[in-house]
Amino acid sequence: MTGRAGADPSGGRGHEPDIGGSPNRVGGIGRVTGRQQYVADIPLDDALHVKLVTVDAPRARIGFIDKAAALRVPGVHLVMTPDDLPRPMPRFGPQFRDRPVLAVGETKFHGDPVAAVAAETLDAAEEGARQVHVAWEPLPAVTTLDGSLAAGAPLVQDPELRPDDPFAGTNVLREHRYGWGDIEAAAADVHVVVEGTYEFPMVTQFAIEPHAYVAAPDGGGIAVWSATQHPNWLQRVLATILGLPLARVRVLSPDPGGAFGGKQHAKYEPLLAFMALRAGRPVRLVLTLEETFQAVRRGAARVHVRSGFRDDGRLAFREIDADYLIGAYADIADRTVAKGSYTSAGPYAIPAVRIRARSVLSHTVPSTAFRGFGNPQQIWAVESNMDEASRVLGIYPVELRLRNLANRGETFIPGDTPADGIWTEAVERAARRIGWGSPAPAGHGRGIAVGLKSGPTTGLSHATVRLLADGSVVVYSGTSDMGQGARTIFAQIAAHELGAPLDWVTVVMGDTAVVPYDQQTSASRSSVIMGNAVLAACRDVQAKVRAMAASLEDVPAEAIVVEAGRVRLPGRELPIRDVLARGLGRLGGEVTGLGEGRKEADPEHPLGGTAAFYEFNCTAVEVSVDEATGDITVHRYVTVSDVGRALNAAQVRGQDEGAAIMGLGHTLMERLLLDADGRIRNLGAIDYKIPTTLDLPASIESEVVENGDGPGPYGAKGMSEGALLPVAPAIAAAVRDATGVVIRDLPLSPERVWRALRERDAEAVR
Amino acid sequence: MTSSLSLTVNDRPRTVSIEPHHTLLEVLRADLGLTGTKECCLVGECGACTVLVDGRSVDSCLVLAVEANGSEVVTVEGLALAGALNSLQQAFLDHGAAQCGFCIPGQLMAARALLETSPRPSRAEVEDGLAGNLCRCAGYEQIIEAVLDAAERDAAPTAARSPDRGAAAEADPAATPDANLAPQ
Repeated sequence: MTGRAGADPSGGRGHEPDIGGSPNRVGGIGRVTGRQQYVADIPLDDALHVKLVTVDAPRARIGFIDKAAALRVPGVHLVMTPDDLPRPMPRFGPQFRDRPVLAVGETKFHGDPVAAVAAETLDAAEEGARQVHVAWEPLPAVTTLDGSLAAGAPLVQDPELRPDDPFAGTNVLREHRYGWGDIEAAAADVHVVVEGTYEFPMVTQFAIEPHAYVAAPDGGGIAVWSATQHPNWLQRVLATILGLPLARVRVLSPDPGGAFGGKQHAKYEPLLAFMALRAGRPVRLVLTLEETFQAVRRGAARVHVRSGFRDDGRLAFREIDADYLIGAYADIADRTVAKGSYTSAGPYAIPAVRIRARSVLSHTVPSTAFRGFGNPQQIWAVESNMDEASRVLGIYPVELRLRNLANRGETFIPGDTPADGIWTEAVERAARRIGWGSPAPAGHGRGIAVGLKSGPTTGLSHATVRLLADGSVVVYSGTSDMGQGARTIFAQIAAHELGAPLDWVTVVMGDTAVVPYDQQTSASRSSVIMGNAVLAACRDVQAKVRAMAASLEDVPAEAIVVEAGRVRLPGRELPIRDVLARGLGRLGGEVTGLGEGRKEADPEHPLGGTAAFYEFNCTAVEVSVDEATGDITVHRYVTVSDVGRALNAAQVRGQDEGAAIMGLGHTLMERLLLDADGRIRNLGAIDYKIPTTLDLPASIESEVVENGDGPGPYGAKGMSEGALLPVAPAIAAAVRDATGVVIRDLPLSPERVWRALRERDAEAVR
Repeated sequence: MTSSLSLTVNDRPRTVSIEPHHTLLEVLRADLGLTGTKECCLVGECGACTVLVDGRSVDSCLVLAVEANGSEVVTVEGLALAGALNSLQQAFLDHGAAQCGFCIPGQLMAARALLETSPRPSRAEVEDGLAGNLCRCAGYEQIIEAVLDAAERDAAPTAARSPDRGAAAEADPAATPDANLAPQ
């Protein structure tokens, strides 16, 4: 499987046998032997254990915090309260600097810490936390869209945090408006208008690795371990908040044990850094799963869609109005709203579109990035709207999509990247796979839906590649490998380009003191943007090898081609390694290459940049519904993603199916429930269910469309989120096909389906 | 107030002084430094902390360490023999079953327990056997394929144990709906 590329002048796949194969995961042996170290596994002598102190209310006025009893607990070393932090309270956040290191004066969500205890043992820290006596009284909280938007609702955010903002006196953090064309003119000439309101609940990322943080004084600076997706971003936050130069802030980011967006931005790292500096010792905080539920979630949404169709099924206009319930601190939530809205009219060519979306603050857990990044909420609504329209129009759902999809190269969002894939191919293949057009087995229903997501709008990744004297390779990359397999992809690229076996390539990640800058690991960007950086660094090495060969062989450099591990001279060809051995000469050494991957910003663009690529997926399913219980059985599940080029077939399948099954979670079973006071009722794994082996479709088939039309290495696009986008509308469409009921709220739990079936029956009697 | 705990972990006799309220998970990770066993939900729902105690798979977060006194405990670190991956580990690697990898130690131990009681399980038996082990990467299909493959490798005569990589992954489920079922 590894990089012994032959010289195939056709440039076809045979030229790159390692790219697109399924070599074993780089880092896989550590994962199957238990030797892979996640943050909580890192042994650190002399570390203090930290426990957070919270109050049991979504919003509370905080009075005196009495540390005395806690400090008497044997082993307790430090009780950190807002009084122990600089004033004004340091705040941070990727969009708004609104999140305090510790809540000061008032807590704003259930789980917002007011103090933290550091002790010699975890037992002592826990006992110490229980002994911190906090004087508090509950304050009125808003935990729903209607509550937050009501006149006179208590304000979640201090208006002084955004003094010039016209919305500052309300709980609307931001409103986004996008669109083009003339809706009114288009509406005058339509055959039918189909509209509805859809709800998408709060769900949580539930990475199996709970968030964990370690901080330690490091000379005159600080070292922080965090399973973060964005080590360089975290470095910047810590440097700013601590008043340190970047070079004195070292972020070590071992591979996260799952992240899914929840580990993008700083959470408790600033607190731990202050505690480490105050204690003069390393401190470690491993959240419980319950605390993780109180740290990250996906934004809930209510989405109204109104679409006008001509009699041939072509979309004439689409209007979308979306409200997202975000949390008490902005985190990156508003960006998920903006990005999830900007493309929410779908992958269709529509003459007139009007989109309005609002980020609505509430006294709930801060919502943040979660696989799909604001898109699944609106795709649930818009694709369900397409399904409802297909019935009204009498045009099959597959046909309705095919008639409206943008063609490759066609501008479908004015000012943004034109359609970059043959999207009809994905739809046709999914339809064929599921057997569209042939009758479904008795009692079964079929559904189909598509999902589109804009990839990164800006990006900057640097990579360093060292070709060592024996031809082995070390790649340095600031990407976080959180399971998507970035390490393997970069190793494949380097192996292929430099002619090394895959197991002669080491990929170093996760230490800002060692690896060069990377903007972030998000938006399914890394194979593309960091992949391009690694490829460019390899090409830099190749150029140096070419110069070596020119000098050694006395051939003009222009007559030499170095590619795919080979040095092609006029009339003959040598492995890079042979040239290297001679070219390095008596002192040996190595050849170093630098590479950069960029996606330029566009300040005029509403999102700050056009899409680097689009993720496109079509999902088709076949279900049956137990009329007595409302239970849905998924008999067949087909997912087809346009990936440009699958760089690693096994990993593409893993990401595609994983996204699909994760999507079945929010479609069928997941939802965070709040009690009347706004506290999370189903906190933890007993009461919050995610898919297990017993929840899998009876068959799942994952296919890819590969037309080499992506901007990444060898034509790749990002692909790790696409298959999650259309799960809910595809399943709901199949439920409608099987039973006739239309459901507009998630999850499609047995109770909800059962109630819908009873309502249908009651209406039939009337 | 500590108590003394003696047990065998991965064939190695260990005696440690522990807090009596500590779980087997805490002792394995904190006192014995065996951090391959993972901590997630601490209520016996996620399976990340699965280990074998006297051959039975247990959630080590639900077992007080003192209850394991005198027991034989096997953790993920005990699966590889003399540095060589065992068939389950190799199959997990070959099928791409480990993505982020955090749940994998627990999956491996649950699978090990399953194969000890049912050496040639059906797909349904594997689904049942791993139902208590959450994987949020949701690499369940690859995990199930890996377990079925490992069972097949273990059953095959030694000479024929060369891994048949990717066969299940490449099977066309539409053409052969039973492709994922282990041959009986």
